[in-house]
Amino acid sequence: MKAAPFSYVRPTSPEGVLAELSLAEGEAKIIAGGQSLMPVLAMRLGRPPTLVDISRVPAWQSIDVGTHEVRIGAAVRQRAVERHRDLRVPLLSRALPWIGHREIRSRGTVCGSLAHADPASELPAVMVTLGARLGITGPGGDRELPADEFFRGAMTTALEPGEVLRHVTVPRARRGQGFGFAEMARRHGDFALVGITTMVQTEGDRVVRALLGAFGVADRPRLLDVTETVAEPLRAAEEDGASAAVAEALADAARDLVTTGGDKHASAGYRRRLVRVLGGRELVAAFRDSRKGESR
Amino acid sequence: MNPVSTMARLEDARLVTGKGAFLDDLDPLPGTLVAAVVRSPHAHAYITSVDLTRAREHPGVAAVIGPEEVAEALSPFPLSLRAPMDYYPTGTDKVRYVGEPVAVVVATDRYTAEDAAELVDIGYDLEPVVVDALEATAPDAPLLHEGAGTNVASDRTFVFGEVDDAFAAAEHIVEGDYYFPRYSSTPMECYSVVATWIDDPERPEVEIWSNFHGPFSMIPVLCGALGVTTSQLRLHVPADNGGSFGIKSGIYPYMALMALASRHAQRPVRWSEDRSEHLLSSSAGSDRHMKVRAAVDADGIIEAIDIDFVENVGAYLRPPEPATLYRCFGNMTGAYRIDTVRLRSRAVVTNKCPTGLNRGFGGQQLYFALERIMDAAARTMDMDRLDFRKRNLIHADAFPYATPTGGIYDSGDYQRAVELLEERSDYRALLARQEEARSRGELVGTGVALIVEPSGTNIGYVGLATPAENRPPGRGKSGSTEHVHLSVDPQGIVGITLGTVPQGQGHATVARQVVAKELDLPEGQVVPTVEMDTATTAWTITSGSYSSRFSPLLTSALVDASREIAHRIKKAAAVILGTTEDVLELHQGTVRVIGDPDKSVLFKHAAGLIHWDPGRLPEGEEATLEVNVAFTPPQAKAPSRTDQVNSSLCYGFVADLVSVRIDPETLDITIDDVVSIHDPGTILNPTLFEGQVHGAMVQALGGAMYEEMAYSDAGQPVSTFMDYLIPTTAESMFPLTMAHLETPSPMTRLGAKGAGEGASMSFPVAFANAVEDALHHRGVRIDSLPLHPNVLHELLHLND
Repeated sequence: MKAAPFSYVRPTSPEGVLAELSLAEGEAKIIAGGQSLMPVLAMRLGRPPTLVDISRVPAWQSIDVGTHEVRIGAAVRQRAVERHRDLRVPLLSRALPWIGHREIRSRGTVCGSLAHADPASELPAVMVTLGARLGITGPGGDRELPADEFFRGAMTTALEPGEVLRHVTVPRARRGQGFGFAEMARRHGDFALVGITTMVQTEGDRVVRALLGAFGVADRPRLLDVTETVAEPLRAAEEDGASAAVAEALADAARDLVTTGGDKHASAGYRRRLVRVLGGRELVAAFRDSRKGESR
Repeated sequence: MNPVSTMARLEDARLVTGKGAFLDDLDPLPGTLVAAVVRSPHAHAYITSVDLTRAREHPGVAAVIGPEEVAEALSPFPLSLRAPMDYYPTGTDKVRYVGEPVAVVVATDRYTAEDAAELVDIGYDLEPVVVDALEATAPDAPLLHEGAGTNVASDRTFVFGEVDDAFAAAEHIVEGDYYFPRYSSTPMECYSVVATWIDDPERPEVEIWSNFHGPFSMIPVLCGALGVTTSQLRLHVPADNGGSFGIKSGIYPYMALMALASRHAQRPVRWSEDRSEHLLSSSAGSDRHMKVRAAVDADGIIEAIDIDFVENVGAYLRPPEPATLYRCFGNMTGAYRIDTVRLRSRAVVTNKCPTGLNRGFGGQQLYFALERIMDAAARTMDMDRLDFRKRNLIHADAFPYATPTGGIYDSGDYQRAVELLEERSDYRALLARQEEARSRGELVGTGVALIVEPSGTNIGYVGLATPAENRPPGRGKSGSTEHVHLSVDPQGIVGITLGTVPQGQGHATVARQVVAKELDLPEGQVVPTVEMDTATTAWTITSGSYSSRFSPLLTSALVDASREIAHRIKKAAAVILGTTEDVLELHQGTVRVIGDPDKSVLFKHAAGLIHWDPGRLPEGEEATLEVNVAFTPPQAKAPSRTDQVNSSLCYGFVADLVSVRIDPETLDITIDDVVSIHDPGTILNPTLFEGQVHGAMVQALGGAMYEEMAYSDAGQPVSTFMDYLIPTTAESMFPLTMAHLETPSPMTRLGAKGAGEGASMSFPVAFANAVEDALHHRGVRIDSLPLHPNVLHELLHLND
């Protein structure tokens, strides 16, 4: 478990990063927190000739909180976002503690997790659910992609050779929005068997929009607009507090969302069950959250 | 006597401040090179070509050895039974499991060694694979060892009593067909070896540092492969050994391999196993198919039991295997009065990694079958599962109790222990509460397991794998000897040399406590040193830290040695006090006249006389305070001609109750409560005892819910901790009530038995019984582990 030889560079500016990437002619790997990449190197499952460490690029180290959006730079650790007191991105705040363990989050970066694009990881699903935008820089200049266009498959993104994810821009919660997050894993800190992200927007007692996101179920995070399906059962759930009817209504959605073949930890059938059950619970939770008056 | 200490472990301050010195921290031979092992990616294949040229030419490489070098220089390891299934430290003709070593690269550092390892070119011709032991017994199964003509290494049937008559007369016959899966130990520190071959043509010597911990019966096995006598091998085991739970007994093939690598490199060689290697190919507990039938009479008394074990030992019968199959031979009938037994035991080779010691060692397998069949029998009788067990328990007045298979249960009060279990769990109220919860649609259940925990192995039991008529007379094997060395220095400090090769159990803490108590000295006046150097430390075939030996055996040796020291100190004190030793007693650091406490002398002054002024001793008195004592329990004998064996010296008792709750929607399993009652004889140190129970239980939790060394049909194992899930603190936070009683063993000096494996044996089946109880009304029957939501989803045939 020792990495094959590689060279290591640590530029201090975005231009320097791009220059190093261009020198390596598309063979270099970006390293930020290294929480996924280092095991890959140690097990010699990957052997990039060059590692470009972006953790010392000051321009990418900040969390910028605006009125409607939060921008998280490429070198920002997950733990820094988790500990931030003024984000008002409740879905992100609820998802972060589920990523690995605290030690891992102290090294791992938000953007690194997005660029790694593990289909069972939390942050890509959060970004897709929230409609976050991913800022990319490369030899052809800067560009921006909505999250649902960024993730292209398991460990596959829209990043072209020579490009770097420089930040992610996440919308802050608005009045009338509520969120839900749940995850089932074999153990605390493991990758999800199934993870659920929900957003419900209400006006008065009317459900304007209901989104059901799922991860660990396909080759990328999935998101369905289930407004039509759950609007009625959600209102009924407000009466009796039970999520069973909502879960029931999600049977088709679960079949649609789960495309993985399953493994020894969770079959496709068990994953569909979890999507229904956890989806139902978290849509109810989001619905109630949306009706709390002032959003967080 | 019951020496109780609440002091923190003597070992901890060093360990928690990072001052531990584990093998990879040590550099006993400066200039040592570093090895990497090349392993087979295939489960079963002929080796058709070996090209080491490119690896040997790689800069920084000192030597590369492969199948040819191994076959030329080494002999196969002598097996525990005669079987034409040659076992070398690497594949020679064939590879038989994924991860089997095929070559060793020795280089300046591990990075270079791994770079060069990629240049080793081995050609393979793939063979069909068999990973299941039952399938491997089929006549057309792929053969692992062609010379044997079969994959069944050992097939023995033992009959005690009129089994067929008992089944013919039975009111009920209850049957079960179970499979106990394979899981492992995964200590924090993996295998580590530093080896040097001193190539004197007259008398070659091999010197090894390794975190091996016995059984030292493997030393002659190792020497047999190396072609040297045991005195030509010098083994050092560091005082700090980062956990084992049995698995490091399987390191010795690497000791042979690295010795040979050193011979080729002409330099000492270090190899430290990495985590991937450890998981892939170090060792594991065995997996076992178990068919059980019980003959039960109309009153719910078990008249006979018929057991068929098919043990998967992996690709080779690596000694001491098939020991897992026989370790519990004497306690095959568990805690119950069952006089009539038939047992068929087969040890079968398959294309999995060879098995070995793993905490519980045969107990979790046996009791899974026995305690599942007890549940099934109770349900057949429509009886409460605990009441049914109580009806069959061995009575407290029956000890010492001889089992049909040869065990002699030394002591116990199972009725009292079960009463404690009922009290502490509030058993009847718990069942009533669960019944009520069930009527509300909740999924809740309770499981119990009553088990006998053997400790202080009699290594003679392995002989049973060979039919009595083939066991050479006069060459029997038996015993359970344990050595200790005590000395007193001129200042009266008592030194203990502990050759018990601990792996974190706290041997030094307990040894100090026992000796201080025996000699009535402050603990600070007793200084234990953990040390194993086979050239200077007393050892024997049964030495080592395995099968819960320390508490029953080593502490007995400590008591005997302390008494000898006391005897000599009193002789010296008698000279100073002008009296005779028989009127003296040791009291709080002094030696004083019984009944006349004013007449006393300090312990250290008495010791000082022997060191400084031995001329004053009576003529003929040896002036030494160095004592070597061996404790050899006479009850550990070789198997009888009728195939009975007292396979352990001591037999403790554990009664576990587990209650679980299952989320009807997600099927998530929550452990609501565990009550664990132990009778380990005299408890020497309550803190360490508790730690052992916690550790054994969490390791068992792994086997019960999380860990499974699964193999694909092609023989590919799970190879990372992404899939091999070890419970962490987050998974281990269930409510636990512990209680104990102490029925001292008459076999050991302090009445102590082992206590470190019981929960490993009892918890998996108690948990399985609880899960089945929660889902029994839904038609679920549990016949295997691990149990987690996905498994329940399948068992419930849910249409999602």
